[in-house]
Amino acid sequence: MNRELKRVSIVVMLMFVALLTSTTIIQVFQADSLTADARNTRTLYDGYSVERGAILVAGNPIAQSMPVADDYKFQRTYSNGPLYAPITGFTPINGSPTGLEHALNGELSGTSNAQFFDKINSLITGQNAKGASVEVTIDPLAQQAAWDALGNLTGSVIVTEPKTGRILAMVSKPGYDPNLLTVHDNQKVTDSYESLVSDKSNPLINRATNALNPPGSVFKLVVVTAALESGKFTPESTFPNPGTFQLPGSSSIVINSGGGTCGGGDTVTIATALRLSCNIPMAELGLQLGDKAIRDTAEKFGFNTDYSIPLNVSQSAYPLELDDAQLALSAFGQTSVRATPLQMAMVSATIANGGVEMAPNLIDQILAPNLSPLQSFEPRTLKRVMSAETAATITQMMVNGVRDGAASNARIDGVNVAGKTGTAENAADDPYTLWFTGFAPAEDPKYAISVLVEDGGGLGQTGYGNLLAAPIAKQVLEAVLNK
Amino acid sequence: MMPPSNSRGTATDAGHRPQSAKPGRVRRLHLPQKLRNLELFLLLIACGINAAAVVLVQLGALGHIDTTLVLLGAGLSVLVLCMHVVLRLVARDADPFILPIASLLNGIGIAMIYRIDIANGDAGWESAAVRQTVWSALAIACAIAVVLVIRNHRVLFRYTYVAGFIAVVLLLLPLVPGLGREVSGARVWIGIGSFATFQPGEIAKIALAVFFAGYLVRNRDSLSMVGKRFLGMRFPRLRDLGPILVVWALSMSVIIFQRDLGTALLYFGLFLVMLYLATGRLSWVLLGMSLFLGGAIIASQTLGYVNGRFTNWLDALNPDVYGASGGSYQLVQGLFGLAKGGLIGTGLGQGRPDITPVPQSDYIIASLGEELGLAGIFAILALYLLFVARGFRIGFAGNDDFGKLLGVGLSFVVALQCFIVIGGVTRVIPLTGLTTPFLAAGGSSLVANWIIAALLLRLSDTLRNQPRLVV
Repeated sequence: MNRELKRVSIVVMLMFVALLTSTTIIQVFQADSLTADARNTRTLYDGYSVERGAILVAGNPIAQSMPVADDYKFQRTYSNGPLYAPITGFTPINGSPTGLEHALNGELSGTSNAQFFDKINSLITGQNAKGASVEVTIDPLAQQAAWDALGNLTGSVIVTEPKTGRILAMVSKPGYDPNLLTVHDNQKVTDSYESLVSDKSNPLINRATNALNPPGSVFKLVVVTAALESGKFTPESTFPNPGTFQLPGSSSIVINSGGGTCGGGDTVTIATALRLSCNIPMAELGLQLGDKAIRDTAEKFGFNTDYSIPLNVSQSAYPLELDDAQLALSAFGQTSVRATPLQMAMVSATIANGGVEMAPNLIDQILAPNLSPLQSFEPRTLKRVMSAETAATITQMMVNGVRDGAASNARIDGVNVAGKTGTAENAADDPYTLWFTGFAPAEDPKYAISVLVEDGGGLGQTGYGNLLAAPIAKQVLEAVLNK
Repeated sequence: MMPPSNSRGTATDAGHRPQSAKPGRVRRLHLPQKLRNLELFLLLIACGINAAAVVLVQLGALGHIDTTLVLLGAGLSVLVLCMHVVLRLVARDADPFILPIASLLNGIGIAMIYRIDIANGDAGWESAAVRQTVWSALAIACAIAVVLVIRNHRVLFRYTYVAGFIAVVLLLLPLVPGLGREVSGARVWIGIGSFATFQPGEIAKIALAVFFAGYLVRNRDSLSMVGKRFLGMRFPRLRDLGPILVVWALSMSVIIFQRDLGTALLYFGLFLVMLYLATGRLSWVLLGMSLFLGGAIIASQTLGYVNGRFTNWLDALNPDVYGASGGSYQLVQGLFGLAKGGLIGTGLGQGRPDITPVPQSDYIIASLGEELGLAGIFAILALYLLFVARGFRIGFAGNDDFGKLLGVGLSFVVALQCFIVIGGVTRVIPLTGLTTPFLAAGGSSLVANWIIAALLLRLSDTLRNQPRLVV
């Protein structure tokens, strides 16, 4: 009987091994995804009973948990709420958090793996667990300048450091006050939330990372990069210079902004076309390059990819299928090309940084409750998008564009600003989307900027990038350069 | 003092010991009881852990220490120490690990049930922990009685068919109109009035183990020797198929009439393992498994509740399954609880196990996993494994086939029950309603498992006292 007994013992052993394995899988390997499941009420409750860490800008809290005498124990408060709302998001008592409150929920609420030993410590000492604090890369001066410069327009301003990818300002308007959504009254929170959701101007959207608009002429930077990197074109490559251009296989006609030819003459160079932001030569260039070359370069810049900063950034898009007419239109950022302000700031920052793209990042470090750093974020190189020569060439063209071209309203006395404007068409009767993207100082770039003005800036189809977006960029750059 | 039974002692000892009590007592005093001292040491540790668990629950969930349940817990310690004393007197060579393990599991179970009571705001007789403590007292009293009454397990061999009859009656009781009770779909309870509900099926598993052991020892030859060889294995004759078909029919009727998948699996698994041990024939196992699988597949197609269990198991996180009535809500809440526990758990009294439905009975392992973490679950599983291993030891070292079969059968039933219920909670197999031995709230389960512990103690004591036959 003992031979059989041995076999049965092995079966029992295997049964227990199966149980040990299954519990390990659930409690270790699946724990994070189960904790993050939206249906997990434990996670929700936990969020309230610990003192969430603060979100800090230059050492000052923009979001913090203040002790109060009710069941929730802590009240989340946002100082300067509307200014920083796109960054902080909010933590309501009856729903999921948004913004960094969502993206770094684990750290802020003290449940991330990095805080394992703190958890053990609080278990042993019996002290209440506290979440980690998050120091963001935002420069309060740049943020305020961007907020002021955008005024009452609908849109976004984003400022980054080209050499590091750190985000110094991120403004989205119209804004909202997150404090209205963290009061400890379910009904009030629901009312505020619903009025914000039903607001046609979408105040809850962080336009810097999640508004997708046709980039229009700012996309020409990507096309010119593709052209120069192909080795087949130089800034002096010439194209026919007609006053109108019929799209291949279509009855539609492309004109340059303002009508007429591009700066006169029978032919026009790429340099002139970019400086004056002409559409016809870019359409011709696009047709010669082909959609694959443009798409490859756009994807190198980060189009058609998700990334997180750690806020989730919407995918900017360069379409995967294009006919010739659409290809020509895509060369000046129309048809179904879409970009976020952050993506366009990354294009400028890459050119500014000699062709090397840095990972955009909003977090400097995560601090344990005792202020010792748990995690620091070093600048991270994404990839080389173009050669240093190409970057220098495009920089020069952008500087010319500001000095005496289509982006003249971004000119700052005593500083070389490199820039590119955009005026993108939406549906036939809809207002334009206005853009500016660039960097300064051109010879040693410290700041890259991108300005988005939606809804035509209130001017319908009469506004244009240089009129509304370029002055905003100028105002912000002046503020940060004078620091 | 009982006269010395012929089960203990060597041949020189058993027959010739004087009938007067005094010399016997003197002799016991002088013999160092190494095993019992080890048991006492382990038992004190177990009682210490149990008391600490209750205090931790109070500190974690109430924030202060409340004496009522601590006193009740002390009562439990007194009872298990009583049992220890009884063992010193009548089964002093019994296995020293079984009693401490059972006490520890029982105590941790009470602490966790108490923790759920606090979350639900139950107190007094509403409190499941108080009831569980009372049931534990009753169960340990039963165990003491078993050790005292059954001085030689071979007595049970005489009652093989009586045990079989008792098992069938116990199984049928819940189906008797007026007596049976249906709880969450399964008709496995009996109750008189609104008080004292009982799951006779739990006791039936012991009777079944006794019956199987006796029956198989009597009939092993005809079951194992004759038959036709086919595909390299010897298959039984048609007329020998009787018993397996009867047990199969019994299991299937449990599935159909009592709507209890877990119990059916438990009985059938127990029978198959004992059959295999007795006959050494893999063909029986294959035959039995195909019978049961066939039945289970037909049941899953035709019986809605069985089909639902399979869907919940395979596709638990699907929102449709999760939201369905009788869907995977409970299973997923248990998973969330386990995930919350992570490696080291939230600490007793500091999790939220009460979010999961029935956190004190079917889902007590998820509740423990939440508050004690993976570390705690591993420790509990190790305790079960050790308990089962001590039982298997009887099988390895014993030298009468009935005792061997019974010992292994009883410990295997504990192992299989753990596997079915914990495996169900952690998605190894579809979830079925069974109690976790010793831990879960439920009187019948406690009584049954303490009786199993008592029988294993008795078997292990006999084992040590038997002279080894040298052939």
